[in-house]
Amino acid sequence: MPETTASLEKLGETLNEEALIRRIREGEHELFYELIRPYERRVFAAAMAILRNEADAEDAAQEAVLKAFKHIGQFRAEARFSTWLIQIAVNEARMRRRKQQAVVMEPMVDQQDEEGHYAPRDFADWREIPSETLERAEVRQKLADALSSLGQKYREVFILRDMQQLSIEDTAKALGISVPSVKTRLLRARLMLRDLLAPGLGGSWSKALSFAKGSKPW
Amino acid sequence: MVMQCAEVWREVSNFLDGELDPGMRAAMEDHLRGCKHCTAVLDGARNVIELYGDERMLEVPLGFSQRLHRRLEEGMPRRRGKTFGWMLALGFAALMLLSFEVGNSSQLTTAPGLRSDMARSGMHIPLDLVVVAVSDGKVFHVSGCRFIHDKDKLQTMTAGEALREGYAPCVRCLKKYLSESQIAGQKESQTAQLEQEDPE
Repeated sequence: MPETTASLEKLGETLNEEALIRRIREGEHELFYELIRPYERRVFAAAMAILRNEADAEDAAQEAVLKAFKHIGQFRAEARFSTWLIQIAVNEARMRRRKQQAVVMEPMVDQQDEEGHYAPRDFADWREIPSETLERAEVRQKLADALSSLGQKYREVFILRDMQQLSIEDTAKALGISVPSVKTRLLRARLMLRDLLAPGLGGSWSKALSFAKGSKPW
Repeated sequence: MVMQCAEVWREVSNFLDGELDPGMRAAMEDHLRGCKHCTAVLDGARNVIELYGDERMLEVPLGFSQRLHRRLEEGMPRRRGKTFGWMLALGFAALMLLSFEVGNSSQLTTAPGLRSDMARSGMHIPLDLVVVAVSDGKVFHVSGCRFIHDKDKLQTMTAGEALREGYAPCVRCLKKYLSESQIAGQKESQTAQLEQEDPE
């Protein structure tokens, strides 16, 4: 039953969005604020996943929202508005990143063969998550650092799927990659983050978070 | 179906996303029951998803929303309300009024007068000519003019000074100069009239 309720709520949201989009197209431009409000954080996070710099990500997010407004007439109802919006944000951030790329060095993990198998490096037991863990700013910072250390293709997929809760299909659409690629990258991202965080969160933060040189198993 | 550890690791993500078929899922659960390492890997991956899925991990910079809305506002076309037509009409009327006023004032300052400076009364009187100015009536005369009446209010000065102070030349003693002014004035009028008839 709860699943049915959730589906009905989702349907209600979609219908409401459709009505908003129709009215915006008819000239009620101020309704666009209402349309994008639930997705503002997601748009920023999508840009941040690619650009890794708050100022650049904010600028890209603003530009993406503005582009979405200007091209609302091109939005097709068969796609979800949130996916379409995030896709614009991803494209905007990627375009900016390409411009910066001459000076940006990719982390080693991005060069790895995606098809190769991944073996966990660490088997530290990490069953419990203390509910107050995220209250600590330094823990949030450790998580952000660990995420930031992933290669871009893993980071993008992980942020859209696990942080923004997009479905695997929507993640694939937003990034313009195949569903199997999303699954492969997602597995690697999750296991790499577990390897980075389990020793600290399962025990203490006394162990180094970064991979020891030469010990990468992939 | 028996699964090896390496196979389990490959399917951890699919297991957590509910993407495995029932047979594979059962085999994996079997393996996990007897493998401490794989259970640790699965628990860790699940914790990663839970931690990063928390809203607090998706923080945006302070003021992000306000700045976004401002940028949108700048990028949106201004909407024309019902009063737009009235505003436009009023603006047009104000513009017309303004141009009329400007036209009038420029005509006052720049349009040629009917009489030129040279045709003005007293203009042909030599400015260094010594004259007698009578303050009562504001008239100036050549010394010895018979029409100087109020001898108590006389003042000697040059014709230039008298003209600057607003004295008018006596039409009798300064007749010669005034007649020259009149002739010059007539010529000026004729020239102006001709210019009006044929601007080319």
